[in-house]
Order: sequence, then C-alpha cells, then structure tokens
Amino acid sequence: MAKSASSLAKRAGDLMNWLDDRLPVTSFWNAVMTGYQAPKNFNFWYYMGSLALLVLVMQILTGIFLTMHYKPSAAEAFASVEYIMRDVDWGWLLRYMHSTGASFFFILIYLHMFRSLLYGSHQKPRELLWVFGMFIYLALMAEAFLGYVLPWGQMSYWGAQVIINLFGAIPKIGEPLTQWIRGDYFISDATLNKFFALHVIAVPLAILGLVMLHLVALRENGSNNPDGIEIKANKGPDGTPIDGIPFHPYYTVKDIFGVGMFLILFSFILFMWPEVGGLFLEADNFIPANPLVTPEHIKPVWYFTPYYAILKAVPDKLMGVIMMGASVTILFFLPWLDRSPVKSIRYRGLWYKVLLGMFTIAFVRLGMLGMAAGTPAETWEMRVWTLVYFMFFVLLYFMSPGGKTKPVPDRVTH
Amino acid sequence: MKIKATILLFSTAMLLAASFSVPASGGAALEPSGANINDTASLQRGAKWFVNYCLGCHSLDYQRYNRLAKDLQLSEEEVMQNLVLSDAKFGDTMSIAMSEEQGEAWFGKAPPDLSLVGRSRGGDWLYAYLRGFYQDKSGNWNNTALANAAMPHVLWQLQGIQTPVYRQETNEQGYEHEVIAHFELTTPGIQSEQEYDETARDLTAFLLYVGEPAALQRKGIGVWVILFLVLFTFIAYLLKVEYWRDVH
Repeated sequence: MAKSASSLAKRAGDLMNWLDDRLPVTSFWNAVMTGYQAPKNFNFWYYMGSLALLVLVMQILTGIFLTMHYKPSAAEAFASVEYIMRDVDWGWLLRYMHSTGASFFFILIYLHMFRSLLYGSHQKPRELLWVFGMFIYLALMAEAFLGYVLPWGQMSYWGAQVIINLFGAIPKIGEPLTQWIRGDYFISDATLNKFFALHVIAVPLAILGLVMLHLVALRENGSNNPDGIEIKANKGPDGTPIDGIPFHPYYTVKDIFGVGMFLILFSFILFMWPEVGGLFLEADNFIPANPLVTPEHIKPVWYFTPYYAILKAVPDKLMGVIMMGASVTILFFLPWLDRSPVKSIRYRGLWYKVLLGMFTIAFVRLGMLGMAAGTPAETWEMRVWTLVYFMFFVLLYFMSPGGKTKPVPDRVTH
Repeated sequence: MKIKATILLFSTAMLLAASFSVPASGGAALEPSGANINDTASLQRGAKWFVNYCLGCHSLDYQRYNRLAKDLQLSEEEVMQNLVLSDAKFGDTMSIAMSEEQGEAWFGKAPPDLSLVGRSRGGDWLYAYLRGFYQDKSGNWNNTALANAAMPHVLWQLQGIQTPVYRQETNEQGYEHEVIAHFELTTPGIQSEQEYDETARDLTAFLLYVGEPAALQRKGIGVWVILFLVLFTFIAYLLKVEYWRDVH
C-alpha cells in the first residue's frame, strides 16, 4: 500500500513538472496565491470582492442556460421567459438565480465601494485599481439595463424608453443617436435583438477583461487594510511583511466561510421571497410589453434609483442628464479628490465621519426617492440630497489635505 | 468606537431602505385576502370556479392542464371530465377559442389573459376586485378596486347584486360631492356573504398559483438548501478557525 501511494505521488509530481515545463502553473499559483502576502487584519468589508466574483461566475453560468431557452424576439420573448418559468426543468431556479444575482451583484459592489471610502483603498498607490473598478461598475450598469429589457414586460419596455430618450437630450446628435441605439424609430424587435447580443456577449466580455485588469492591479500593490497601512513597509528578516499572511490558505478558507454566509442569505431571498416586494422583480414587468399603454409609474430597478432621483431633481432635461452623468463620473476622480494624508477612517478626524455619513444617507435617501411617485415635497427633498451628494466630493477635496488626523500606528491592529 | 458609529449609521440607513417596500399596484391599503396556495382543496375549488365562470372569456395561456393536475393532486380523468370544457387535450394550455379581435369587437376591450394577473396585481387586489362589483344608479356595473372596469359581474348569481348607499362629503375646496358610504345587498345571491368571500378567496389562491406554479415547490426545496448551507458554513467556520489558530 505504502509503495503504491508513494509511486502515485511521484507520478503526480512528474505530471506537475511536465506541466510546469510548458505552462507556468506552479509559479503562477505561488505568485498570486501562496506567495502573495495579504494583510492579516481584514474584516467584514473584505468579503465583498470575492463574493462579487462568485456572483459574476453565477450570472455567466445561469445566463448560458437561460440563453438556451430564451427567444430574443418581440413576439416571443415574454412567452419564452414564462416557458422557462414553467416548462423548462429547473428553469424557475435558473431564472431566479439570475434575477436575484443581478440585484445582489449591485449590493456587493456598493458595499465594496463603500469599503474603499471607509479605508481609503482608492488612495495612492491604488488609484488605477479604483478606476478599473469604476469601469467594471459602469459596464455592470450597462449589463443590468440591457438584461432588464429582455423579459419584454411593461417595465422592460418603458424603462428602456425613458433611459434611451435621455440620450435625446444631447443637442444636435441626440435624435440620431437614440435612433442608432434603438435600431428603429421606436423600441422594437430590432432593439430587443440588439440588446440581447450586447447583454450575452459584448458587455460580459468587457466585464471579464476589466475584472482581470482589476485583479492584476490589486496584486501589484497588494490589498489595503482597515488600518490603511502599507504592510510592505514593515518586513521581517525573511523579507516578507510582518503583518502579512499567505493569501492561500488563510484567506481562501476565510472566503469559503464568507461564501457560505452569503449563499444562506442569497438562497433565502431566491427561494422564499424572489420579488422582494417588487424591488428585485417589479409587478408591472409581469404584464407583456405594450407600446400603446404607458404604466402609471415608470421607475428603474432599485440599484439605479439614486441616479434617477438626481435626474428627476433637476427641472431641465439636459441639465438633469448632465447632473446624472456627473454623479457617476465624479466617482472616477475620487482618488484625486481625496487628498488626506491618512487612508483609514480610523485615523481621520470627525470631519470625515460626518462627510461620509451625510454622503451615505444622501445616497440611500436618493435611492428611496427615486422609486417614489414624485410629489413636489419629494422633488425638493431630492434636490437637497443631490446637493449633499455633490458637496461630499467638493468638501472632501478642500478639507482632506488639512483635515484633522490621528497618529497612524506602524503595525496593523485587531 | 467611531467606526462602529459609522457602521451603525450605515446599517440603519440600509434598514430604512429595505423597509421601504413598493406596493404591487399602488393606491389605498387593501384588505388581506387570506388566500393560501398551499391549501390544495382551496386551489381545486378555485380551479372549478375559474373554469365555470372565467375561462369562457379569460385564457390562461401559460398554464397546462396536465401541470394543473399534478400540482392540484387531480387525476387525468378528473381534470378531463370536470375542468376541460373544450376539446383541449390533457397537455394543452388553458387557452380559449375567442381571438383578441373578436374580444375587442364583442366587449370593446379584449378580456386579458390571466396567467400572470396574480403576480402583476397581487392577491389582495384580486380579492378586492372579486368582491368589489356593484351596480350604480344607472344600473351599470362598476368596481371599487378598478373604477369603470369594462367587465360585468359574472359572479353576480353567487354574490347577489350590491348597490351603494351614498353620503355627501365636503372636500378641502368646500365643494360637496357624493362618496360611497357602504353597500346594500339589493338582490341576494345563491351564496351567503361568508360563502362568497370563500369563493373569492379560492379564486384568488388559484390565480396566485397560476401566476407562479413553481411557488409550490420552491419554498420546500429552499428549506433543504438553506439547511445544507448552514451545515456547510458551520464546517467552513471550523476549518477557518483551525487554519487561523497560528495567525493570532
């Protein structure tokens, strides 16, 4: 027995050597997993990245199977989704995984971005890491919008109508631009077919490429941590950071635990409450698209409503579109707007806690108001929070260089 | 401490956002229907009412008879004898012979397919709609849940005919106008009020089921999935603790 076991181990070793001579398997694994030193003080907020990657894989896999049964034509799309829900074996599970996954993707990405605001992960030397992340976020918004059109329900149709018409506000090129996007004079079969192509291949390819760049940039400088200290500044006699631990196995086992916790929450929503009271799956989208009947209350899905509220807060259409665009664009410049000498909120003064707290409330409140019917009082409230949203970046730029800070320790804390 | 305050603030904000749920059809609060899709007998009664009173005009184009048999625990014979009133086959969908053009010509507005009305309107609305028919002063049908509904009260023989008793109300601008105070049953139906409520509840449950047949399975499966995940996560936690022993 012992002999055969050792000869088996030898054979496996031979195979590995054969592979390594032809493909850098072991050296790559060592470089990015076992040899990569990650700070040992990651907390709750550091689960979001790996979980977002998990959801990305899940969206691609369920998406492939949904594509096998979905029909991208205006005449058949709605019925094909119901066919998936009723006649395809486990079709309802695939569809709910995909629809629940879309909303959870945004929950995770928002928490992931919030983590950066907490611990200054976007600051030097990780500016490009943040910028790649922003491009992923932008691509994800495009992907979610395109995907939402595919079930061809009333909200798919009229939501697309509202969003595409926004481009019409651009002077001169607006009208031809909207026609080019739709591929028709109105939202039609041509639009649906085009959006299907973009949703299943073009944007996912872009997202995968960007995720790759995001991860390469992450490994280049290593992760930030809740204390905002560069662990590479403190190396032991063996040349590895004293506060670092190998990513594998320490963070792989920790992330498996995170995956378990996440999947419990995810499954609870998926199996028990997939519509989430109209937040994840809107009631009006169970009515087939009808170009002749406008729904009483058109609103995007929850993850877009903060920006939708900013759009609605501005009385002028073109200015509203510009403000909405600016509210996303300004996030790209965060690494250069945040000029604080200290990364983590733990060692920044009260000024930053107040700023970030206000910004968070503004974002959540805008999201809620973006879903509301839009009474005059609500419109005024949206204006106030829009101002707070933008003032965060302005005040951050001016206050961060001189804002009060506390002494930063040399070593990470627990 | 302050970081905890920030997290607390953030989670409070998230909770606030989560508590803000969107009503299925907007408008005033509706009485809970009490419909239960796990009550198979109720679904069977609802199916019977639907086939006899609704299926003449309203199709269920996504619902198959054989799926109905399986989910409502009926045999092929029972379904074919009691629920299939057309020449449809067991594997067919519950479609109707009337085309949309005919529906428009005959009723002004084609009666909509009701496969997904349970999901787009919600059970409470359906329950309110089924109980909300009344005959106004001019003798026309109207509905409290859907003003000026094109549909006549096809269940009037069961419920009877209710007519509104009006009262005068003065609005903020000082104008007087009539509002419905309550209803009076001017022509009694075959069923008592309680019996008719039960009928409306059965129909609601049936339409909720037809809206999402998978709902009968998914919760049961979900319980096992979550139990497995709890066990998996517990083991993953022990593994994590074991590995991390030498870090702390």
